[in-house]
Amino acid sequence: MRRVIALVPVALFLVLAAYFFVVLQPGYDPHALPSAMIDKEAPAFDLPGLRDGKALARDTLRGQPAVINFFASWCVPCRQEHPLLMRLAATGKVAVYGIAYKDKPEDSTRLLDQMGDPYRAIGIDRLGRTGLDFGVYGVPETYVLDAAGHIRKRFVGPLTPADIEKELLPLLRTLGGS
Amino acid sequence: MRVLGRPVAAFLLIVWSVATALAVEPAERLPDPAMEARARAVSAELRCLVCQNESIDESHADLAHDIRVLVRERLSAGDTDAQATAAVVSRYGDFVLLRPPVKPATWVLWFGPVGLLALGLIGSFLWLRRRPGIGPTPLTVAEQQQLDRLLREDG
Repeated sequence: MRRVIALVPVALFLVLAAYFFVVLQPGYDPHALPSAMIDKEAPAFDLPGLRDGKALARDTLRGQPAVINFFASWCVPCRQEHPLLMRLAATGKVAVYGIAYKDKPEDSTRLLDQMGDPYRAIGIDRLGRTGLDFGVYGVPETYVLDAAGHIRKRFVGPLTPADIEKELLPLLRTLGGS
Repeated sequence: MRVLGRPVAAFLLIVWSVATALAVEPAERLPDPAMEARARAVSAELRCLVCQNESIDESHADLAHDIRVLVRERLSAGDTDAQATAAVVSRYGDFVLLRPPVKPATWVLWFGPVGLLALGLIGSFLWLRRRPGIGPTPLTVAEQQQLDRLLREDG
């Protein structure tokens, strides 16, 4: 009994140490929330297209994994992650789609003119309804859909090189990216 | 009000109206007061995910506005309060509920504090029980005689 009690502080220390080890990692965001939509079918959307009038609808994305990036011209972190999306799209292995969240189409267009357009198609979500259906609570957010149209992963906030290398690309490999 | 006088009453009225200024914008409100009251009640239980410590009923964040509108749409479409809440939870998860439901995933949250208290009580009980004899030690014979003498002298 005495022995057991003597070990309690040690056990407490180990628990706390493990906890701090996790939460003090750089990149850990205590406000980031897990998506409630993981492994569920992506909500239906059929958005008018930003460029060339190419519309973006959920049901046309089926058949191969897709990355959907919610962005806006007024969103500073979106500009931060933009070069990464450009590089990701340039590999040609990943189908990256954009949804312009609560943004004026002309502003979205200007952003893409300035920084390049990594998206295969872009939907205009002027009122943020599609964002609401996805559970978006801030831009940028990035979703990974499998070929069946189920949400497999959500990234909250700007993507980092580590997110892409360690999570996004491995996930797409298991999903059988095109 | 007679005691305070009109200017003070007017001032208090202004302060009160500012304090209760609604985050709910006029355009959002439903024409049916009963339905609007239900929407307010549902909203008061939902967390604004941007501010995280305010209900969407109190928050001026854009997202809170969107969710308030969603709740009102669902209620207008004939949803019950629970169905409207479920529509929001299906998008944002249990975290949007300011009062999280009791289920295995939230047991630590609900019962953790009680559990810790119980552990503390058991611990202190065991500890105190194993340390007998902290009470007053009885006087020795010499001390008792000295005390008796002192008491006698006093009386």
